[in-house]
Amino acid sequence: MTPAPYRRPYWNTQPEYLFPKYASTVKRAPTQPLVVLPHTLSEVTAPVFGYDEVKPADSDLTKQHKGEPLGERIVVSGRVLDENGRPVPNILVEIWQANAAGRYNHRVDQHDAPLDPNFTGAGRFLTDKDGHYRFMTIRPGEYPWRNHHNAWRPAHIHFSLFGQGLMQRLVTQMYFPGDPLLDYDPMFTCVADEKARNRLISLFDWENAMPEYALAYRFDVVLRGREETPMENRR
Amino acid sequence: MSLRASTSQTIGPYLRIGLEWMQIEDIAPKGVPGERVSIRGRVIDGDGKPVNDAAVEIWQANSHGRYAHPDDKQDKPLERNFRGYGRSLTDEQGAFRFNTIKPGRVPGPGGKLQAPHLTVTIFMRGLLKHLQTRIYFPDDPANVEDPILALVPVERRSTMIARRAADATLEWNAVLQGKNETVFFDF
Repeated sequence: MTPAPYRRPYWNTQPEYLFPKYASTVKRAPTQPLVVLPHTLSEVTAPVFGYDEVKPADSDLTKQHKGEPLGERIVVSGRVLDENGRPVPNILVEIWQANAAGRYNHRVDQHDAPLDPNFTGAGRFLTDKDGHYRFMTIRPGEYPWRNHHNAWRPAHIHFSLFGQGLMQRLVTQMYFPGDPLLDYDPMFTCVADEKARNRLISLFDWENAMPEYALAYRFDVVLRGREETPMENRR
Repeated sequence: MSLRASTSQTIGPYLRIGLEWMQIEDIAPKGVPGERVSIRGRVIDGDGKPVNDAAVEIWQANSHGRYAHPDDKQDKPLERNFRGYGRSLTDEQGAFRFNTIKPGRVPGPGGKLQAPHLTVTIFMRGLLKHLQTRIYFPDDPANVEDPILALVPVERRSTMIARRAADATLEWNAVLQGKNETVFFDF
């Protein structure tokens, strides 16, 4: 018996491939009709990762070099849940980000802002049994890009999450509350549902702040959930 | 409780920072049973140019047709050292590569067996959500009865089937647009 399929995306909460405001989509979005894929055993299973592959130190981006990175230390933590509200345990979460000055440690990034020799900007975590993850990092800077005149990306952290099924695989970005650049950003504004967008904005997290050390932000991620009711019984 | 899945966002141009630590191009270590296959290919955009900043991920069953996952409860052997996951980041020529074993057949809709296939997930700058497709194997008699290939218009099926190159490797390209555009799924 194949386990139940995953729910299809809710209207207006996931982007289309072609979104001309984000110019790079024009030459990369498929143009032919997509083929609707039933969820077979191949789609409801996914790679399993172990705690031997992800070390506790992998989640502290401020301790990967000899010195301390520049910038404001922050805790970023949250839970990974599915659409049925169940925690998603033991899944790999990978993050990467710019440094405090808005520069990536990557040869393609030519933004005229300093690199930080004490900051790589990559972290990993395996969610615990309740779906929790936690990173220590520094607040990333905003940076310009060439999508349109005077284009700036709001501060963000890239997230890659595996799920328990291939259909739960998700790559997204976490934003910061109150960022004035959000409304101008074609990536953040790529879906019509305003509530869906706003769920990509982390919450200021007073309770997880570390006194005299670091402020905190909370970012919960929801992966697709299984159909609860067998299709045949639906009205 | 009913929540809505988080919105997908592009992986952006700097994916290497976060993903390079786990490039797995040799999916099947020595000693894993099965027919050895090498797959080479390129990701090509709508201008015919190589996509040099894509991540290509593979998920596959073992040679017996079983996934290394707790929800695959088939009574078939599992190999401890075969996870079935691969990740290749494309180079300046848009090229990716995998060395693995040909998977066995796994059940599909209605209990019908599927032909051997690799699931392929592709991320890149310019994609607000990832692409999902499959690679099937050339000259496999099971392809004609595969329930997923059967959903694809006949004239486009070949875009999901690898070609045997002169040096016995398999070649499969992800063509994002235009003539010979690869079939991608609404998943």
